[in-house]
Amino acid sequence: MTLNRTRAGLILAAVIVFTAPRPAAAQVNLVGYWNPLVADEDFIERVPGPNVGDYAGLPITDAARKRANTWDASLLTLPEHQCKPHPSTYGFRGIGVLRIWEERDPATQQLVRIKTHIQWQAQERDIWMDGRPEPSELEPHTWQGFSTGKFDGDVLVVRTTHLKAGWIRRNGLPLSDRATMTERFIRHGDLLTHVMMLQDPVYLSEPLVKTNGFAMAPTGTMEPYPCRPAVEVPREAGEVPHHGINDVPATREFAALHGIPEEAAAGGAATALPEYMAKLPSLPIVEPKGDPNEGFGPPPAPPAGRGAGPGRGRGAGPGGAAPAGGTGRGRQ
Amino acid sequence: MNHRVFLDPRVALVAATMSAAVLCGIVTAQQAPPQQPNFDAISVRSFKVQDNVYMLAGAGGNVTVQFGNDGVLVVDTQFAQMADKLLAEIARLSGNKPIRYIIDTHVHPDHVGGNERFRRAGRAIVAGNVAGDVRGNEGATVIAHETVAARMSQQDGTTPPAPGGAIPTDTFFGESDEVFFNAEAVRLIHQPAAHTDGDVMVFFRKSDVIATGDVYVNTSYPVIDTARGGTINGIIAGLNRIIGITVPRDKQEGGTMVIPGHGRIADEADVVEYRDMVTIIRDRVQEMMKKGMTLQQIKAAGPTSDYDGRYGATSGFWTTDNFVEAVYRTLGGK
Repeated sequence: MTLNRTRAGLILAAVIVFTAPRPAAAQVNLVGYWNPLVADEDFIERVPGPNVGDYAGLPITDAARKRANTWDASLLTLPEHQCKPHPSTYGFRGIGVLRIWEERDPATQQLVRIKTHIQWQAQERDIWMDGRPEPSELEPHTWQGFSTGKFDGDVLVVRTTHLKAGWIRRNGLPLSDRATMTERFIRHGDLLTHVMMLQDPVYLSEPLVKTNGFAMAPTGTMEPYPCRPAVEVPREAGEVPHHGINDVPATREFAALHGIPEEAAAGGAATALPEYMAKLPSLPIVEPKGDPNEGFGPPPAPPAGRGAGPGRGRGAGPGGAAPAGGTGRGRQ
Repeated sequence: MNHRVFLDPRVALVAATMSAAVLCGIVTAQQAPPQQPNFDAISVRSFKVQDNVYMLAGAGGNVTVQFGNDGVLVVDTQFAQMADKLLAEIARLSGNKPIRYIIDTHVHPDHVGGNERFRRAGRAIVAGNVAGDVRGNEGATVIAHETVAARMSQQDGTTPPAPGGAIPTDTFFGESDEVFFNAEAVRLIHQPAAHTDGDVMVFFRKSDVIATGDVYVNTSYPVIDTARGGTINGIIAGLNRIIGITVPRDKQEGGTMVIPGHGRIADEADVVEYRDMVTIIRDRVQEMMKKGMTLQQIKAAGPTSDYDGRYGATSGFWTTDNFVEAVYRTLGGK
């Protein structure tokens, strides 16, 4: 009798559990603090920062290459450039802590939006889950863009439009304000894989796909990131730092630094494919100059003579990690 | 941002692009004649920008509207053919408040074409209860830089004559003018020799919105009306002036909002991106000129090629070639 009652109770409980109404979107929970796994993937690009002129493996257009080759990191010293956050098309490749939380309708508990916040420059983002339509093309564009999401099984799929003009790498490779992004957030226990696919009719010839890994941080915290611009370099009014289109291209400097073919350094969709390896031996190599490890250890001595061209002070800018919680203006 | 859609946005975009090209008088023999939009197919869309300042888009330049207890202030009036639709939308937004002021950002008909109809639909504020509506019957006050009125009165000998009722009633010269309206200081800032020689930007100080006219657009390279005093350095000075006025809220976003002459609502970061682009191209052309390159050689060198995918055009009213030529000419090239 007792056994039967217990059995009946279990059956009843199972019936309640499995037949009770469930939210339509009862998907995987992404809420929490997540630390980026920067040591495991693309460390050089994401932490010390890429070399100027290194576009290998990226499906960029000629226009993107030209813009990057004439980009000058000194641009970032202009007050109006100092407090720019990473756009959502780059922020997940940074090294800041990621926090994800949900906003639900208090009455229905339906998921209205998923919010993300990345520490560096306080990149905060809304991913609307309520099915709202995209705004008009005449509405403002923002650094994080307008994002809508939906669950495909246990994978959160997000589409983003209305982006400001941004960048795909911290060496001047641009992204236009016509770019769009599709992302997938995939949770595997305490690990989170973020897949991003960028499309840009102006600066990408094909979609650019990147992945970023995160690990759950049960005791994670988030520091504020205030930023107030200041004049760092006195300049003539209206001056915009940039290199001339007839200067030695940054790709040649990079190729010379590492002794690799300039064509490979210049990137393009073909350089992303495995079969490009077969082509490499036939390409002329730019003779190495300088220390290819520059930037990752003690500076070479003497520091002059970098690159193949005249010393023009190229550099990827303050590419290292910004002080946590500080007011640093470097790019992360 | 609230907005109300009356039309398939693609149709409106095509129309707006075509109408943006209708800057009659800048067209040279080398340029394609501008096509007139099909005004019947174009409706008006309105967007709340900040506080009681709205942007209205239809055919032609963007229209800025500020309204409150004092009535309605309008910046630019698009084409005459759009006037009734615009007035209907303004009445809907404002609750049928009277139009008191119209401010012209410059002389081109895609910005002042509706002046006469707007003016007659409004009423100026004159002497309150003392004089009643004596002048009110004349319609709204139309403010512009003096060169705009001069050109619309055909004093420059080139601009097509405007109807008498379309010509500005109040003009100013010098750097600025001002109006206090709807509990808000409104500054009119003249930007010399930029898109034209009569450009005015309108800064709503409390709402924190600036309407730039065609000193700033985000649909194309800057249109420089060299026949009416426009110059590349004036454009760049104007863009830097906008950046000097705007204050981003945080992380270089929001804060002071910018209504461009054509295109989407913007903020300082968008203007900075555009200013950087225009300045870099100006510097490139200037450098090539210093080397003695001809206009044809400069065009062939592609000083804009890394931006053409976003701002350039190979056909239509304002091509990339037109822009490069305007830069070259206004930097002193022969």
